[in-house]
Amino acid sequence: MQSLRWRIIATLVVLVLGLAYMLPSLPGVKDTPLGNLLPGDSVNLGLDLKGGIHLTLGVDMDTAMNNNLARLGDDLKASAREEEVFVLRPNVLSESQIEIVLVKGDQKEAFDDIIDKYSPFAIEATEVQDGGKHKYTLSVTPQYRNEIEKLTMDQAIKTIRNRIDQFGVAEPDIRKQQGNRIQVQLPGLQDPERAIKIIGQTAHLEFKMVDDEADIEKALEGILAPGRELTVLRNKQANGSYTESPIVLKRDALLTGEYVTDAKVLLDTWNQPYVSISFNARGGTIFTNLTGENVNKRMAIVLDGKVYSAPVIQERITGGRASITGNFDKAEARDLAVVLRAGSLPAPVIILEQRTVGPSLGQDSIDKGVMSAFIGMALVLAFMVIYYGVAGLVADFVLCLNIMLILGGLAAFGATLTLPGIAGIILTIGMAVDANVIIFERIREELRRGLTAKAAIAEGYGRATLTILDANVTTVIAAVILYQFGTGPVRGFAVTLTLGIICSMFTAIFVSRVLFDLYTKSRSEGAKLSI
Amino acid sequence: MGLQIIKPDTNIDFIGVRKIAFIISAIIILTGLGSLIIKGGPKYGIDFAGGMIVQVKIDKATDVSIVKDAMSGVDLPGLVVQTLGMEGDNEYLIRTSSSDISSQDVRGKVTGALSNNLDGAGFEIQRLEMVGPKVGADLRSKALEALFYAVLLIAVYISGRFEQRWTVAGIMAAALASSIYGIGLLGLDMGWLIIMALAITVALCWYLKLNYALGAVAALIHDVMITIGIFSILGKEFDLTIIAALLTIIGYSLNDTIIVFDRIRENNFARKGSETFAAVINKSVNQTLSRTIMTSVTTLMVVFCLFVLGGSVIHDFALALLIGVAVGTYSSIFVASPILMGFGPSSVVEKEAAA
Repeated sequence: MQSLRWRIIATLVVLVLGLAYMLPSLPGVKDTPLGNLLPGDSVNLGLDLKGGIHLTLGVDMDTAMNNNLARLGDDLKASAREEEVFVLRPNVLSESQIEIVLVKGDQKEAFDDIIDKYSPFAIEATEVQDGGKHKYTLSVTPQYRNEIEKLTMDQAIKTIRNRIDQFGVAEPDIRKQQGNRIQVQLPGLQDPERAIKIIGQTAHLEFKMVDDEADIEKALEGILAPGRELTVLRNKQANGSYTESPIVLKRDALLTGEYVTDAKVLLDTWNQPYVSISFNARGGTIFTNLTGENVNKRMAIVLDGKVYSAPVIQERITGGRASITGNFDKAEARDLAVVLRAGSLPAPVIILEQRTVGPSLGQDSIDKGVMSAFIGMALVLAFMVIYYGVAGLVADFVLCLNIMLILGGLAAFGATLTLPGIAGIILTIGMAVDANVIIFERIREELRRGLTAKAAIAEGYGRATLTILDANVTTVIAAVILYQFGTGPVRGFAVTLTLGIICSMFTAIFVSRVLFDLYTKSRSEGAKLSI
Repeated sequence: MGLQIIKPDTNIDFIGVRKIAFIISAIIILTGLGSLIIKGGPKYGIDFAGGMIVQVKIDKATDVSIVKDAMSGVDLPGLVVQTLGMEGDNEYLIRTSSSDISSQDVRGKVTGALSNNLDGAGFEIQRLEMVGPKVGADLRSKALEALFYAVLLIAVYISGRFEQRWTVAGIMAAALASSIYGIGLLGLDMGWLIIMALAITVALCWYLKLNYALGAVAALIHDVMITIGIFSILGKEFDLTIIAALLTIIGYSLNDTIIVFDRIRENNFARKGSETFAAVINKSVNQTLSRTIMTSVTTLMVVFCLFVLGGSVIHDFALALLIGVAVGTYSSIFVASPILMGFGPSSVVEKEAAA
């Protein structure tokens, strides 16, 4: 009986630990003095239970590479110019190649040198053209490409995190996924569409000059002077909608959003909101110079390829500030300021997946899940007592202990409880008694063969244990695979199912045996067993 | 002694009715397959097919046809309106096959249509999900991979577990993995790989005389096929949670089968000369019948609670489990054991092993 004492102690320890970790998850316990004493926190609820947004964003890596190569090409052109080597504007051919034309053939050696020294490009091919021009095809290595992809992802995640912080969401979860994807989880948000708009906007801000001499008609037919581009100017209509009219810009951006340090919403004299942006020192200098050089010309403020406004520069602007007007309403201006403050995304992102659960549905799911769990449990408990008598009571006790351990385990391991996870617990209520059923049926058989109560119990547990163990292995295999391949909610199911099986083996085989031993200990050798 | 639904001396001749059981199973499976063929394969939810769903709760009882009428003027590609959950929930699912439209647009369109055409009934958009084609394809291949690895691991586990011949199980695993790898090189899609994997598993079990494993695999294929078939007949959609349910059913079905097969093995070792293998099987199924039914009853009780009370989101998941658990219980009694019987040489192998 010495061993029985130790088994009782082990059972009590598990019971207390389970209780300690489970109690904070019950409503109303956490903020009491008792709650403060307990070690754990309450169980994490998944987005499907507490409501919120789950987004999978895809970063458009081709565009990121194109932008990057275009910039590298421009840098190369600038470096060449400093050494008085003249090249034409480079063209991006693919995500790893650009094409650049050297004007004077006799500068070939010097240009080769510059490429080697100042750029990550390798020369893939050169071709002699009319007039001694050399057409170069340059490429970057796959390693360089990987490097850029990694940088782009990191920057995109940083920017998105900044924007969400500005937005003020409690406990956002942002993580990188395979295949240039970013997963964003925002619990308990009231206005999902606004969040999506703010997260997904590229917010690439550029200042470009308007080419007022260009012929719009010809531009619309596709005839453009070199270094010009056709884009659209947004005009707000009286009814609040926007129309777009064509406008021709000089392609080179004179200043971009990367110099922006702050953005805020102000009201102009007609009470119209506009966004005031501040540049850092270098940006301020560039802005002063560019306004000084272009007085009486129109400057376009371009956001994500669309012109928001194209005011005429009245005078040289010092002080490192500019304002973006565009007939915004207040909310639009506020959101624009948020994205400009947080910085632009290095490449456009596409929403690949979106799951939004309203808070009322989440609460509804919890209520209904808990309701079905209670009723299911009551049925099973009653059924076991009716069918097995006192032994049924033992099974009921260990079943309750089992559920407590699952909840405590979820809290202790910091796992997330989802709606399918609740279903997993409910399923466990039904399946966990199986282990006891197997043992009880075996004990009944042994009793029928004429064994005494004690011998029958020993035989029943002894023979059934192995069967129970390996019958459960198959379900664990299924659960582990589900965890491996499943996404959020389904993973929650895999977790509770696995926890439930492991706990049920402990409670049904170990704890119920302790209870049985206690039950038979006080009785005479020949007494009947209620099973 | 407490209640006994199954009396200890019960001796039902399960093996004797195996032909009837096979015919019943065949009819159900063929009906399901027929439904799948007529409907052009399983009906995928947005997890796999891509698209967008909007779950709407209306605050008074509204017939689905009214909601359909209200939405009829809305310009969304592949628009489908259906009820969700139990009657009285007043929850409806509005689905469009497109994932290119912004969720804001869809929200706007649904809100506009419902507030104009529902005679002032209040409603709430409870859930909106969009799955783009890329993610849909990813989730599809992940789900198939999960099923594939489940089949692979479980095939290996049961061939080792039932026959206590882990070397053979190892050979089996290697043969299965390499042939699947070979077939994989042909560029077949994952669905076909699973069918091939199952076919190869059955063939290998048969060739290596792993008869217990063969019975168990046949039973789980039987259970999953019937569940999928009934889902197709009922017009239910397959999504990630249904795959989770299918894997759980596989686990449950095997669990049941393992318990019966263990008893068969135990009784077969202790078999007296005059007893036939069929008699051993019958005796074992009868001895474990009480347990099989008890566990199935408690499990069905809770799953039924989940089905009725669990709410709309989990409704179909509970339905799949309900079907799977019921069929799994039936198959471990009427399908797995008779298949063991059908491959007579088993008794010879067992005797050799015992000798």
